[in-house]
Amino acid sequence: MNSLIDPLIQYSLHLADNSLILGQRNAEWTGHGPILEQDIAISNISLDLIGQARNFYQYAAQLINQSTSQPVNQLTHWAITEDILAYLRDEKDFKNCLLVELKRGDWAVTVLRQFFFSTYQFYLYQQLQKSEDATLAAIAEKSLKEVTYHLRWSAEWVIRLGAGTDESNKRITTALNDLWPHTGELTVNADYENILSLEEIAVDLNTIQVQWMDKIKEVLSQATLQMPENKWMQTGGKQGKHTEHLGYILAEMQFLQRTYPGVEW
Amino acid sequence: MVKEMNTDKQKILSLLEQVPDPEVPVLSVIDLGIVRDVIFFNTPSGAGGIEVIITPTYSGCPAMDIISMQIKMILLEHGFKKVIVTNTLSPAWTTEWMSEAGKEKLRAYGIAPPNAVQSVCDVNLFAEQETVQCPHCKSYRTILISQFGSTACKALYKCNNCLEPFDYFKCH
Repeated sequence: MNSLIDPLIQYSLHLADNSLILGQRNAEWTGHGPILEQDIAISNISLDLIGQARNFYQYAAQLINQSTSQPVNQLTHWAITEDILAYLRDEKDFKNCLLVELKRGDWAVTVLRQFFFSTYQFYLYQQLQKSEDATLAAIAEKSLKEVTYHLRWSAEWVIRLGAGTDESNKRITTALNDLWPHTGELTVNADYENILSLEEIAVDLNTIQVQWMDKIKEVLSQATLQMPENKWMQTGGKQGKHTEHLGYILAEMQFLQRTYPGVEW
Repeated sequence: MVKEMNTDKQKILSLLEQVPDPEVPVLSVIDLGIVRDVIFFNTPSGAGGIEVIITPTYSGCPAMDIISMQIKMILLEHGFKKVIVTNTLSPAWTTEWMSEAGKEKLRAYGIAPPNAVQSVCDVNLFAEQETVQCPHCKSYRTILISQFGSTACKALYKCNNCLEPFDYFKCH
């Protein structure tokens, strides 16, 4: 079991980072949404994602504190908490997919990215709720109902924009071509996923790849959008190799805790 | 001893009926169905302690910390010594756990309670929605504006009869 602790920490952090970074990105719309109802919708989705991230970070913190090989935080000598994991790690320690860290873009980028990601989360959590790890299974079970709303909302927006006006179609076509090379990573296992899926702890992403692609094809076709040709896919986020955009988002998100460590409201 | 514990449990549950949900203050944590269990345990010193197990409505529910604190406060105020509040995620909360009294309170407060048939969100795009009754004029001529409302647990509706907008506590 001990040899699984490290991959389990990595996996929990990966799941947490995905949700946190997309939640933070979407929250950039709060107060700036195209209309009030959609401002509220995207902010609600952010809140769900950040809530899911907290659950995964709390679990990761618990695992790190229990494992003797990982000492307390070197900087502060405090026990690891969810906040330390969110606010005091550097870019290379973040294991989120590249897709979630890309710039907010316009509404088309936002809803299309959300659709790609929610489709992934929907099939992922369906499997993860059967995980041998009871905590991961519980978080997945809890999150799945929320993700169902996100998937429906984002898919409807993709169709609305794709099959809408010339301008909305042009915007979402551009978004599709820009985002597509960053979607491959969603369904490719990292090392920690390979190790943990053998023990039926993590989801083997090969098992959801076809479902993901079928859903994307179905919705893009309803949106009268062309499936992009299978281009070369960008990877690395899940191993800590990021685009230049992550640094900026971390700088904004982390500066308060780095300037005043441990400060509370 | 068992009898004593049962009376204590009843007493604790009735105290918790006074703890409101900070975002929908007309509902207590009991009405919402987020109190899952009350467990009695012995501390190493031999004194008795109480563990209250609660579950969040949504993962990102920002009220959980306040609710935990309020539960502790009210029990300490009433002489219970060692109180801990634990969060659990599984089984996941559902509006099926909301009490009938809670649903009536919601309606009186101007929020449409979850429909009796629990039709939760699925991935059917642009699907027909189940009709929701307007809490103000009781008309069924209502229309969904957005699945996402002022808090995670609510959707936005509009009544085409009295023309008032209203919140619907959505099935989950």
